[in-house]
Amino acid sequence: MTKLPKWADLALVPIISLVLAALCAALVLLAIGQDPLAALAVMVNGALGSASGWGYTLYYATSFIFTGLAVTVAFHGGLFNIGGEGQALLGGLGVALACLFIPWPHWSLALIGAAVLGMAFGGAWAAVPAYLQAKRGSHIVITTIMFNYIAAALMVYLLVDFLRPPGSMDPASARFAAELSLPKFHDMPFLQDFLLKYDPEGAVKLTKDGLPQYQRVPANITFFIALACAYLVWLLMWHTRLGYEIRAFGKQEKAANYAGISSFKITMTAMMISGALSGLMAINNVMGQSERLLQNSAEGAGFIGIAVALMGRNHPVGVILAAVLFGFLYQGGAALGMNTTIPVELRTVLQGLVILFTGALNMMVAQMLGWFFRPRAQTRKGGA
Amino acid sequence: MDYATLLQVLDSSIRLATPLLLACLAGLYSERAGVFDIGLEGKMLIAAMTSASVAAIYGSVWLGLVAGVLASMAFALIHGVASITFRGNQLISGVALNFVAAGITVLIAQHLFGQGGRTPSLEGAARFLPIDLPLAGAFASVPVVGTLYAEVISGHSLLVYAAALLVPLTAFVLYRTRYGLRLRAVGENPASVDTAGVSVRNLRYSAVLITGVLCGLAGVYLACALQAGFGRDMTAGRGYIALAALIFAKWRPWHALWACLLFGFFQALALRPDVVETVTFMKVPVPFLDALPYMLTVIVLAGLVGKAIPPRAGGEPYVKER
Amino acid sequence: MADPAFAIELKGISKAFGPVQANKDINIAVPKGTIHGIIGENGAGKSTLMSILYGFYKADAGEIFINGRLTAIPDSQAAIRAGIGMVFQHFKLVQNFTVLENIILGAEDGPLLNTSLAKARKALADLSREYELDVDPDALVEDLSVGHQQRVEILKALYRQADILILDEPTGVLTPAEADHLFRILRGLKEQGKTVIIITHKLREIMEATDNVSVMRRGTMVGHVSTDETSPEALAEMMVGRKVLLHVDKGDAHAGETVLKVEDLRVRDDARVERLKGVSFELRAGEILGIAGVAGNGQSELLAALGGIQRATGKVTLKGADLPLSGAGANGRARRDAGIGHIPEDRQTLGLIMDFTAWENIAFGYHNEPKYQKNALVMDNAAIRADTEAKMATFDVRPPIPTLPAKSFSGGNQQKIVVAREMESDPDVLLIGQPTRGVDIGAIEFIHKQIIALRDAGKAILLVSVELDEIMSLSDRIAVMFDGRLMGFRDPASTNERELGLLMAGITGEAA
Repeated sequence: MTKLPKWADLALVPIISLVLAALCAALVLLAIGQDPLAALAVMVNGALGSASGWGYTLYYATSFIFTGLAVTVAFHGGLFNIGGEGQALLGGLGVALACLFIPWPHWSLALIGAAVLGMAFGGAWAAVPAYLQAKRGSHIVITTIMFNYIAAALMVYLLVDFLRPPGSMDPASARFAAELSLPKFHDMPFLQDFLLKYDPEGAVKLTKDGLPQYQRVPANITFFIALACAYLVWLLMWHTRLGYEIRAFGKQEKAANYAGISSFKITMTAMMISGALSGLMAINNVMGQSERLLQNSAEGAGFIGIAVALMGRNHPVGVILAAVLFGFLYQGGAALGMNTTIPVELRTVLQGLVILFTGALNMMVAQMLGWFFRPRAQTRKGGA
Repeated sequence: MDYATLLQVLDSSIRLATPLLLACLAGLYSERAGVFDIGLEGKMLIAAMTSASVAAIYGSVWLGLVAGVLASMAFALIHGVASITFRGNQLISGVALNFVAAGITVLIAQHLFGQGGRTPSLEGAARFLPIDLPLAGAFASVPVVGTLYAEVISGHSLLVYAAALLVPLTAFVLYRTRYGLRLRAVGENPASVDTAGVSVRNLRYSAVLITGVLCGLAGVYLACALQAGFGRDMTAGRGYIALAALIFAKWRPWHALWACLLFGFFQALALRPDVVETVTFMKVPVPFLDALPYMLTVIVLAGLVGKAIPPRAGGEPYVKER
Repeated sequence: MADPAFAIELKGISKAFGPVQANKDINIAVPKGTIHGIIGENGAGKSTLMSILYGFYKADAGEIFINGRLTAIPDSQAAIRAGIGMVFQHFKLVQNFTVLENIILGAEDGPLLNTSLAKARKALADLSREYELDVDPDALVEDLSVGHQQRVEILKALYRQADILILDEPTGVLTPAEADHLFRILRGLKEQGKTVIIITHKLREIMEATDNVSVMRRGTMVGHVSTDETSPEALAEMMVGRKVLLHVDKGDAHAGETVLKVEDLRVRDDARVERLKGVSFELRAGEILGIAGVAGNGQSELLAALGGIQRATGKVTLKGADLPLSGAGANGRARRDAGIGHIPEDRQTLGLIMDFTAWENIAFGYHNEPKYQKNALVMDNAAIRADTEAKMATFDVRPPIPTLPAKSFSGGNQQKIVVAREMESDPDVLLIGQPTRGVDIGAIEFIHKQIIALRDAGKAILLVSVELDEIMSLSDRIAVMFDGRLMGFRDPASTNERELGLLMAGITGEAA
């Protein structure tokens, strides 16, 4: 097989995979009598066509950065953590408990407290499958899947029997105190200027008090925390001893043993960091957006993390880019659900296809690119 | 708990064990051949939707069955291409196909019927109906044994009995035929098969396609026998529970039967919180019962059953070496 | 036109893997009813050539004649039909199948197994009688010794009516006695008119077992000779292309104090089988203790236990201090901290992370060293890279590019990276396993010189190798390992290959 240039391997393979996934999705749309190009236009318009569309896209992207990083860290340790969804649900529980039961003086302190508890709950939920893998050899893929189902049942139980406010029929917790509300993009200087509302004459709309009005978006301060986490994960994986050990273990478990790297320690820490990152996602969706704990708070973001990590080639920069892409798909998919007769499940199909092409058919994609690069590679050799 | 209730729970156990058993045997073929498949769930789902749709439109459950099995085989083929031909990651391929199935089933069902991703209720010839075994009526009056026969053993749909027959059939194929010998060999050491002049690729593809057929039957059973129609995500993790049963059974057909009956029994209990309450003298929360099969799966995986050694070449694409 | 007196005749066979020319215009003719040796160093292209003959690879050019007829061999099935049987270096057996099941696999008579099994059972009994090939047909392969597993492979080929039997490195895992038995079997086959080809890099068995020998070097065929008319020295020179230095220049050892003391060291494997059955020895500063033996007699376990990778019992003291043999203190890192370096037997699965760069591998196992840290949290990658450049220069690693992944280096250069890392860490004791396996001649000389230099610097060295030449030329003392025990110590100046060979077969001097 022709060896690809590094840039092609890094950038082109994911892009081609994405194109292939999009083509397959287009075929599905054609098959159910829809116009793929029109659907794409609706998606682009809904997700990227306006500042508020971006506000939603980046809100989703925030969650996906967290879960994408979570999958990435575990992947480097040779562990396939499909339990991001359950870990994110538990993280939501931690965040909700922190926000409901501790009287925080200020949202910033509450954010720190909620983040810590969210990470702790998510990490703990990942720790059990990690322990079973390290000590009992239980296949982590299946145990983490089981833990997703168990987490979902646990949330129903806690919400219905404990956290539901009296008299409410919704399986959801009470609202968090208003002071704990996190700053959104429309609350932030500079960013809010993009979200100004205009009246038909093109003048800025004003409130009764004469202040400018802004479009409200869910994207919030946790977006920047997600970016900081991406940096920290990069630092962890390539500049610390722990990251070095995780990567060595993930590549060659036996050799790691030779170097004195403990398989138990690495399995546990890699999975707990992974679970903590998934749990941390809850500061975005639970604390930042819904401001109460809903039954299915993670909404599949844990699973999308798999696609994001694969698409992003398990590198934080790639994860950020892929997360924004999936933010677009998610918001665009929602726009489809609202404005067309195409069900939002199209998102799930695309997500599956991206995982298929980037994670399982990557050799096929690389081979296709290989044919493309072969003639050039040969002329270069011939010329030398 | 009285005997009649016990019979009801056992009857329901058999119904619920059937899709698990079909999926479990499906996984057995693939994994014995060295191809891990966590995409049982997705194949069941696509088969359930396809069969229910075709049965609803044409009013024939047999057409539905054929269509469902074909749809499942198509997904199996994709898994085969990814994991055999392109030597991709088998776990990731399975996960990916599960997502594709979860989404595409709703898309198609919504397009066809516009009922929020469900199919219409299946009736009459569009559904597998219960079959009374010979003399069930006559035995029904015999206490204990007769009622057991009439209530639990008799009165299921054809697919239940087919699933039961597949157990000895699989055992026979696996241990007494040339195909079974080669299948087991290719999952243990593909090089042994390759150097004997037998194609590893063909063997593995054939196993993966059998997996497709059996997963298809499992999905058809869910939509056209256990329930009357398709609903989104109706598999509800059964594909994964079947995998756990397969591990529990250490990849052996008869053990798979017992494992699936056990898991089916737990699922049946989850449907009867009242029975659980009378037996345990405790009010057991329904979500706990819902989570019970998953928790038991974890406990089983944690090795209460001794070490389960998977086929040695499982999960590894075959590459010829010098 | 080819001569039907030859069982096999290859003409102009060429095969390339990417840029590597594994076989270049190979011609060879093997007369019927003879035992033919093909000898060459690791990587000379012997196995590739035989894989082409067995239909595993397709040659880029060239023709194959079987019994004088031009034959196309696109796959193994065709090779079997042409009467070729192959016994690979790594056996292709299904471990949890019985001998019978393994034998009929792929050669069944019908869709059901019963008749095939019955027929094979009868055929097996006949073959066993005819060729001294007795094995229990109902035994599970995983319960058989290596020598018996090899017989199953031979039986597999004979059951398929093979007239031409190819054996790839057949004695690598056998004791000398088992090897002798194998040669008897092969001579029996020859008497029945079968043709046998042995591929090996060992001169001894070529001289002992073959009628004719063909020598390969770097993908080309350098010559064919009749075994009667050649000598080991002449063959060695043909293999390598120049006179081989069979002895390493080294001065006398100046052994100092005892550094490492091992008493009653025992190791059990995962299946609770005892692999190391009470090994005791002392290792002194400034000496090389060589452990000879057939692979699989406990040498790997000895290295693993001393290197902290495998749990063991017994007592090991390093400069008077006890080393933990199990539990928290028994790991590779603790051993390095204590002053034990370890060049593992298998560099590709243990010694290196193949996907890591050279500089990451230089830090492998030493990534906690203070000199590689920038501060308490962050590693100093630049310092590791600089250190790697220096080590690559000292040990002549080519190409000297620290950012290249380990898998891009040749076997010899990969080994030099491991050797550089472990020697430069300045250990008191260095464990060395198979230092030159799969390494080209130039690198072998270099690595041997480094080992001697380290000894002369006063370090204690434990050398494990299955290459008797290597043990003989490097060691100051030699111990032979057999069945998990040390068979006594010998002085390399006063012992010889014959005596060591007997010890390797478990026969002590007094008994022999």
